Amino acid sequence: MELPLLHLALVGTPNSGKTSLFNALTGSRQKVANYPGVTVERKEGFFVTPLGRQVSVVDLPGTYSLRGRSPDEEITRDFVLGKASGETVPDLVLCVADSTNLRLTIRLLLELKRTGRPMILVLNMFDIAARRGITVDVERLAKELGVPVVTSIAVRKGGTADLLALTDEISAKLAAEQQDSSWRALSVAELRATQREADRIIADCVSLPARPDTWTARIDAIVLHPVGGLIVLALILFFMFQAVFAWAQPLMDLLKSGFDGLGEFVHATLPEGLLQSFLQDGVISGVGSVIVFLPQIIIIFLFILLLEDFGYMARAAFLMDRIMGGAGLHGRAFIPLLSSFACAIPGIMSTRVIDNKRDRLTTILIAPLMTCSARIPVYTLIISAFIPAKDVWGFINLQGLVMFGLYATGITSALAVSFVIKFFMIRDYGPAPFMLELPDYKVPRLKSIAIGIYTRAKMFLVRAGTTIFSMMVLIWFLASFPQPPAGATEPAIDFSLAAMIGKALEPLLAPVGFNWQIAVALIPGMAAREVAVAALGTVYAIEGGKEAAEQIGQVLATKWSLATALSMLAWYVFAPQCASTLAVIRRETGSWGWMAVTFFYMLVLAYAASFVTYNVAVALGAG
Amino acid sequence: MTDHDDKRAHMPLGLALRGYTGVIQHLSTKDTGSALSDIELESRLIELGFVEGARVEVLHEGLVGRDPIAVRVDNITIAVRRREAMAVIVA
Repeated sequence: MELPLLHLALVGTPNSGKTSLFNALTGSRQKVANYPGVTVERKEGFFVTPLGRQVSVVDLPGTYSLRGRSPDEEITRDFVLGKASGETVPDLVLCVADSTNLRLTIRLLLELKRTGRPMILVLNMFDIAARRGITVDVERLAKELGVPVVTSIAVRKGGTADLLALTDEISAKLAAEQQDSSWRALSVAELRATQREADRIIADCVSLPARPDTWTARIDAIVLHPVGGLIVLALILFFMFQAVFAWAQPLMDLLKSGFDGLGEFVHATLPEGLLQSFLQDGVISGVGSVIVFLPQIIIIFLFILLLEDFGYMARAAFLMDRIMGGAGLHGRAFIPLLSSFACAIPGIMSTRVIDNKRDRLTTILIAPLMTCSARIPVYTLIISAFIPAKDVWGFINLQGLVMFGLYATGITSALAVSFVIKFFMIRDYGPAPFMLELPDYKVPRLKSIAIGIYTRAKMFLVRAGTTIFSMMVLIWFLASFPQPPAGATEPAIDFSLAAMIGKALEPLLAPVGFNWQIAVALIPGMAAREVAVAALGTVYAIEGGKEAAEQIGQVLATKWSLATALSMLAWYVFAPQCASTLAVIRRETGSWGWMAVTFFYMLVLAYAASFVTYNVAVALGAG
Repeated sequence: MTDHDDKRAHMPLGLALRGYTGVIQHLSTKDTGSALSDIELESRLIELGFVEGARVEVLHEGLVGRDPIAVRVDNITIAVRRREAMAVIVA
């Protein structure tokens, strides 16, 4: 008889290696979604045990206790207690511990035991503990705790064999031992008592060497040095942006020629007409011009994931805490803001780690000013068309430098906006606490990073395939209809709806140096910033024929003045050009009002920045 | 408690400089100026391992106002602002 799906839940403190265990168990068989009603990320994966039992495992948000002081932690508590709406009560809870650091997990486990859920304690990273001379009496620990204990090395092949075998063994006799929950929120005295109990058990079962991890101490001596640490942080960020620009280029060229070839093929195969124009100008060049940026997005995420796995992110928060505090930001805001460099949506969602409401709101309001990866296509296009690729001071690429400058502008204005918010809007207010574990450094694992990048790349491609595709169809339609009357000599697009809309908006945008083609491109760019590139391509392609579509950059270089190009860059630093971000802001703040505030303040900044940039550039002779 | 601990003056961890080592004597969350309630602050400190008898060492300090501090608590490292560390009485 087929046994029902076995439901596992992974619970553990932050940095316990929960996610690498999750990746080791499930590989790429993962599903990322949201919990109903809230936007906490829900990660579920599937695998089959050695005895053939089908298992679903949910990776719950990391927590130090079941008190539930943030939305993430509430999910973990409710899920384990079986109170999360629409969720199955887990058959078995895997409490994951970093073997080198058992204190906090053992305390959490003692609290978890009160929920009555069947449980296994997984001593993860057991190899690292052994290397550091930590020995654990596993049998005694299991006896003292009253739960089965198993060791695992998530990052090694076969390192979870014992866990899988134990899961089979326990799941066979599960039904008999379901217990009721006697859990309730612990008082301070009980909390202290459980920590004492945990410390006693550890003293009995674990022998710790006196020496801490020397590598972590050595690295921290440099990386957390008050001055040196900040220099290292700046170097890492600078290197990251140079890499995004330089390393991605060959791959992007390859993708681009691939799509060009496909376009040529369609052009040659299909008869002249609407279908040919739709496929070549609308679909292939449109979606293609966005997918070309996949390599850059992968590189950004590669850096973010590497730094996170290595254990550097918490250090960055430590270094930035007071500096960001000067601008009214919490040190914990650093990670959401850094994620916003990839995309503001996960960035805004990860502001949940900030438990103070007002700190969180400030972070949400400024997150869209961080240069997200969707701006990269626009920046890249304009920079490579207008900024010469020469070296300054012998070793710095000028294009990379401009890119860095755009990022720096975004960051500076985010800090300035935050300062203004703190000063004018949210005055009566003491700083929220900053308390964070600084985990020991770990060598990042290729497999974990690869799975992380794979899920994100997939999300980007799905987006390109849905939102961006439908916007491209829309822009192609607007740019192609109505068709020009027979015998017209002007380019077809001059007769289209797009031209009418663009020309209607032109007077508004003329003071910042935008022509009507840009106005047309900005409209679908509201759905997703990067679409503007494709839209410009489509507009100029239908205007100028297929030669134009192949070389958007070169066309722009002939059609725009340098002042217009710079103005466009300034616009893109600030403009609220992303409907999904606005939607997430509404959802996360629970208010249309804050969404409107974000939209208008960004729009005003964008217009002002473009206006100044354009007029200064014209005055300097770049008009 | 050892003689050594008795002789040393009790002080809040929030005033300790880099290189300081000591043992946690008790938690006193009154009047720290933290934005958290006394109970919440005490709970969080305990959850991060700041309990009586734990060994602490101040490993690193931030640039601005020597804040925040990175504290070794037994065998883990916790970053905390001085304001909250005032609640941890060490000797």
